[in-house]
Amino acid sequence: MTYPLTLRARAETEAARFPPLLARAEQLAGTVLLGEHGRRRAGQGDDFWQYRPVQQGDPMRMIDWRRSARSDAQFVREREWQIAQSVMLWVDQAASMRFASDAKVPEKSDRARLLALAVAVLLVRGGERVGLTGTALPPRRGNQQLLRLAEMFALDDAADYGLPESRAMIPQARAMFVSDFLSDFAPVEAALTKAADRGVRGALVQVLDPSEEAFPFQGRTIFQSMGGTLAHETLKAGDLRGRYLERLAARKAALADLCAATGWQYHCHHTHTSAQSALLWIWQSLGRGGGI
Amino acid sequence: MIFGPIGFATPALLLGLLVLPILWLILRAVPPAPIRRRFPAVALLLGLKDDASVTDRTPWWLLLLRMLAVAAVIIGLAGPVLNPQADRQPSSQPLLLVLDGGWAGAQDWTGRAELLDRMLAEAGRDARSVAVLRLSTPEDVSLQSADLWRGRVAGLSPQPWMPTPEMIDRAIAGLPDGSFETHWFTDGLDYDGRDAMLAALEARGTVRVFASGRSPLALLPATYRDGVLRIAVQRAEAGPALDLTVAAHGLDPAGASRILANLPITFDAGDTVAETEASLPAELRARITRFEIEGLRSAGAVALSDDSLSRREVALIAGREDREGLELLSPLHYLRQALAPNADLLTGALRDVLPANPDVIILADVASLSPNEEAELLEWTEQGGLLLRFAGPRLAASEVSRTEEHPLMPVRLRAGGRSVGGAMSWGDPKSLAPFTEDSPFFGLTVPADVTVSAQVMAQPDPTLADRVIAQLTDGTPLVTRKAIGQGQVVLMHVTANAEWSSLPLSGLFVRMLDRLAVSSLGQQTDGAELDGTTWQPVQVLDGLGRVQDAQTMAGVNGAMLLTAALGPELRPGLYDGGDRRIARNTLSADTVMQPADWPGRIPVEGFARAPETPLTGYLLAGALLLLLGDVIASLALSGRLSGAKAAAVLVAALLALPQDSAAQQQAGNDDFAIAATSELRLGHIMTGDRRLDDMALAGLRGLSETLFFRTSVEPAEPMSVNLETDEIGLFPFLYWPITPDQPTPSVEAYEKLNRYLRSGGMILFDTRDADVAGFGTASPNGRKLQQLAEPLDIPALEPLPQDHVLTRTFYLLQDFPGRHNARDVWVEASPADAEQVEGMPFRNLNDGVTPVVIGGNDWAAAWAKDARGNALLPVGRGYAGERQRELAYRFGVNLLMHVLTGNYKSDQVHVPALLDRLGQ
Repeated sequence: MTYPLTLRARAETEAARFPPLLARAEQLAGTVLLGEHGRRRAGQGDDFWQYRPVQQGDPMRMIDWRRSARSDAQFVREREWQIAQSVMLWVDQAASMRFASDAKVPEKSDRARLLALAVAVLLVRGGERVGLTGTALPPRRGNQQLLRLAEMFALDDAADYGLPESRAMIPQARAMFVSDFLSDFAPVEAALTKAADRGVRGALVQVLDPSEEAFPFQGRTIFQSMGGTLAHETLKAGDLRGRYLERLAARKAALADLCAATGWQYHCHHTHTSAQSALLWIWQSLGRGGGI
Repeated sequence: MIFGPIGFATPALLLGLLVLPILWLILRAVPPAPIRRRFPAVALLLGLKDDASVTDRTPWWLLLLRMLAVAAVIIGLAGPVLNPQADRQPSSQPLLLVLDGGWAGAQDWTGRAELLDRMLAEAGRDARSVAVLRLSTPEDVSLQSADLWRGRVAGLSPQPWMPTPEMIDRAIAGLPDGSFETHWFTDGLDYDGRDAMLAALEARGTVRVFASGRSPLALLPATYRDGVLRIAVQRAEAGPALDLTVAAHGLDPAGASRILANLPITFDAGDTVAETEASLPAELRARITRFEIEGLRSAGAVALSDDSLSRREVALIAGREDREGLELLSPLHYLRQALAPNADLLTGALRDVLPANPDVIILADVASLSPNEEAELLEWTEQGGLLLRFAGPRLAASEVSRTEEHPLMPVRLRAGGRSVGGAMSWGDPKSLAPFTEDSPFFGLTVPADVTVSAQVMAQPDPTLADRVIAQLTDGTPLVTRKAIGQGQVVLMHVTANAEWSSLPLSGLFVRMLDRLAVSSLGQQTDGAELDGTTWQPVQVLDGLGRVQDAQTMAGVNGAMLLTAALGPELRPGLYDGGDRRIARNTLSADTVMQPADWPGRIPVEGFARAPETPLTGYLLAGALLLLLGDVIASLALSGRLSGAKAAAVLVAALLALPQDSAAQQQAGNDDFAIAATSELRLGHIMTGDRRLDDMALAGLRGLSETLFFRTSVEPAEPMSVNLETDEIGLFPFLYWPITPDQPTPSVEAYEKLNRYLRSGGMILFDTRDADVAGFGTASPNGRKLQQLAEPLDIPALEPLPQDHVLTRTFYLLQDFPGRHNARDVWVEASPADAEQVEGMPFRNLNDGVTPVVIGGNDWAAAWAKDARGNALLPVGRGYAGERQRELAYRFGVNLLMHVLTGNYKSDQVHVPALLDRLGQ
C-alpha cells in the first residue's frame, strides 16, 4: 500500500501551504453534528467561552474550582458551542483519467486525487468531516479518515468513463466533483440536479490534459479511448482541430451553465499547470460557500 | 564507359534507373500508415467527418527524396570513377618503380611519395605485382603485391648521396627475370651509370620517366676570404630569376641553436650559380654551425661549416727583431707567409698579446722571459694554449733548460747545439726521417730536398722518447712536444727561417703547422694532406637535410674524406680529427650539377595528375543521408515528430560545447583563484599519478597542521595545482614530486614556472628515491628531474651548506630527512664572495630566498596524515623512526618559514650590532 501512503504524504505537503480551511456553514441549525465552528454562544465544545456564576441546578462537578477560589462566589466554565460541516468528494477513477500526453505531465487521475486529498487534508485540519459520495465512505473526522480516503483513491475503476455518484448525499452538505467530464453529459446533469435538490452545494473541477486542450495532432490517425471501447479514424487529424475545439468549448460552457443553475462552482484545471492554483481556487470556492 | 570526367565500371547497372518511374507510381499510391493514439477526448470526436475525401498521400517532395536515394544507390553500385585514367590499359605485366632516391629528390619528396602511392594503388586495382627499387640503396628486386608495398612506402626516405656506378651495377644485378614495365622517378640530376641503368631497364620493357618541374638546388660550402663570407647556391638547370634566403644557424651565447643571420641570394634568369657575400663579426662567424636554404628540405640545401670559418688567432713573437736586417732573414717571415692566408696574426709584446687570448703563441728564438711574463705564459698554456717555440742562435747560446727542464720547454737542451754539413764539419746535412705512426705528422710525405744543417740538441732523458714527434734520419729529435695542463708546448729544434734548415722553404712546413693546428685548414686542402689520419663523424646529414648525431658510425680515412664519393660509409657531415673539424658537404666547391637528359623516346611526365577517385562510397553515403532525411520527414508528416522536439534535437546538435566549457573554465579559474588566495595554502604540482598526487596532498595537509599547531603560520587545506590550467603565482610554495612517467609541461607552463621562480616562488623538487645514486642521472627519477628542470630558469646550485639559513629559520637542524634520510639537499649556491666575519657564527648571506630546493627524501610521505590526523605511512622503526618523522616536520616548518620570512633569521645576527649602534 505504498501508493496511498505517498499520495497522502504529497497531499499533506500541498495542504501544508494553506491556513486551515474553515468552510463556512450556512445552516448550522439543521445539523446536529458537532465540530469546531464557533457558534458565538455557549454550548458543547472544546474552546473556552466564558465564566458565569453558578446557578441553581448546576451540578457540582461543573464548578470551576480554580476560578471560584479567587473570589467568594462559585463560577462555572462555559465552552463555545461548536459544529462541523460535512464535505463529500467524488473523484473520477475511470480509465479516461489515467492519461498523460507527456512524461513530464502527471496523469489526470493523479492530479485529481491529489487535489481531492489536499482539500480533504485542509478540511480535516479545520475540523470538518470529509467522505466520499455514495455509501463507500461516509464523512468522518480525524486523520484516520484521510488514510481511508487515500486508500479509496488508490482503487482504479475499469470503466472507460466515470459517472458521478450522487447517492446518499447528506442534505445541506458540501460536495466536490473532480473529473474530466468527457463522458455523456446527461448523467452529470442528473447528478448535479439531484444534489441541488437536496441542498448540496459544491465545486465542479474539470481536469484536462494539455493535449486535450490543444489537439496538436497531424496526419492519419486512429484515436482510441483509454479503455479501447471508442475509436475514431481520421485521415487528416490536423483538419479536425477546429471542430474538436468547438466541441470542447461547448462542453465547458454546458458544465458552467449547469453549475450556475445549481449553485455550484465550475473550474477547469490543466495538468501542466500547478496544483496550487487549483487548490487555491477550491479553497476559495468552498470557503465562499457556493458563491450564491 | 565514360561521361565527361566520370567513368563507370559496370554501366549496365545504370539500366536500373528505368525502375524509378514505376517506383514513383507505387509509392504515390500507398498512403502513409495511420498512427494509433490513446486519446480520452475521443468521445468529443465521434461523428466528425473529414473535410476532403482525398487520401492523405505522400507529398511529392518526399517521393523525390526517396527517388534520389534509390538513384544514388543505383549509380553508386555502377562503380563511378572521377578522372579515370583513360590511357591506362589494365595490364598484368609486373611494374617496377625505380627511384633515384638521392638528396636531390628530397626537396619535393612528398610529391614523389604521393605519386608513388597512387601508382601502387592503381597497380593494386589491376592486381599487378610491384617492386620498388631505390638506386641509392640497391637491393634485389622482389615482386610483391601492391598492398604490401604501400605500407612500406611511407617509411622510405631519400638518402644524402646520389647513386654511384657501383650502386647501379648492384641494382642491375638485382633485377628480376622476365619483362616488366618501369616507372622511373628521376631526381633531375645526371650521374654516372644512369645510361647503363636505362639500357638495362629498356631491355625488359617500356620505361616511363617522372620528373618534378623544379630543378634541384644545392648550397656550396661557404668560404671565407679577404674578410668576407662567400655563399653560393647552384642549380642544375638555368631557369627564371629566383630569390632565396640562406639562413646561417649557430649557437647563441646561451648555447641554444638559432638563426644568426639571414642572407638573401638571387639567381638571375639564365644563371646556374648565385652568390652572395656577407661580412659578419669574427665572433659571430666562429659560432656558425651550418647554412640552410630557407624552405628547402634536402641534404644539398644544407652546408655545414667547420673550422675554416673560424680563423685561429696566432701571436708571433720574435726575440730578435732585425729591423735593419734583410727581410728574408727575419725569423718571422716564413711563418707570416705560411699563416697569413688562414689565420689572424697578432704581433706585439708578449704581455700586450696575452690579454687577447690567442689560440697559438709562436716564440721564434726567444730564450728568456721575465718572471712575470713567464708566469702569465705558463698560466695561458695550462688553460689550453698552444705554445710553439723555434730554436735559434739565442736559444742555443742561452742557459735555458740546460740543467733543469724549463717549464716552458719540452726537453732539456745540450749546450751549443750542433752543426752538420757546413764548411767546418765532416758530415752531410741531415734529412728528415719518415714520421712514425704516433706522430701527429703521420701520413705527410717528406720531400727529399729538406735538409737540416744546424739544430739544438735534446739532452737524453727517460722522457725524451715520448716527447719526440719528428726526428732526423740519424735519430736526433727535430720536433718535441710536452703537455702542460690542458695546453702544450712544441719545440722545433731549428730556426723559423731558412738559416738552419730548408724546412721553412718546403710545403711540408705549412702542412706541419696545419697538423699542429697552428693554422686551420684552408680551402686548399686536398686529400694528400690528410692521408693517414682517421676522422670520426660527429654529426651527419640525412637525405632531408636534418642534422643527426653520428653516434657509433665508423671513422673515415682522411684520404677519402674530401674526395671520395658520398655513400653509406661516407655521409655528408661534420668530422672530427682530434684538433680540428672538417665538414664534408653534399657538394664540394668545384662540383657542377648536371641536369639529367633523357632520350627522346622516353616520355618524361610530371608528378601532377588528377587522382582517380572512386565515387561509389560518396554516392552510397549520400543515399544513406537522403534516407535519414526521409525518416525524419516521414515522422514529421505522420505527426510522430512534433515541431518542438525536432527543434530541440537540432538545437542540441548545433550548440557547440566549447563555448560552455570556456565559460565554465573561466568560472573555475575564478573559484580556484579565490580559494587559493582567501587563505594561505600550500600547493603541490599534479603529476598525473593518482596515488602520488594523493600522497602529496596528504603530506601537505600534515605539514599544514603541524604549522598550524606550532607556529603562527596557519595554512588552510592544501590544494592540487594543475600546471597547464591553474595559476601557480597564487602559491608561495609548491611541492613537486617527480615520477618518471609524468608528462613534460607545455611551453606555456614553463613560461609560467619561470615567471614563478623569478618572482620569488619556491619549488621543492622531490625525486623520492633517497638520492641513491648521488645527485645525478643514474636513477629514472633523477633523469626525469633533469629533463623537467632543463628549461627552467634555475640558478647555480650547491649542497645545502652548514650555515644556510634553512638550518635555523625555526628549529636548529642539520639533517633534513623525509621518509628517506639522504644527506644531500641542494639549494641555490651562495655568492662566491660570502665570507665569515670574525665573531659571527654564520657567513653574511643576507639576500634572496632560494627558488628551488632539490632532494630525494620523499618528504610528503613522511608528512602525510589522513583526515583524522594519523600518519599514513610508517617512517623507519620504532622511536628512531618517529624521531625521523619529527625531524621531517621540522624541516617542513623551517622550509615554510624560509619561504615566508626570507632571510629574516639571517639578519637576526646583526641585531646586537644594530642595537649597539642605536645606543641602547
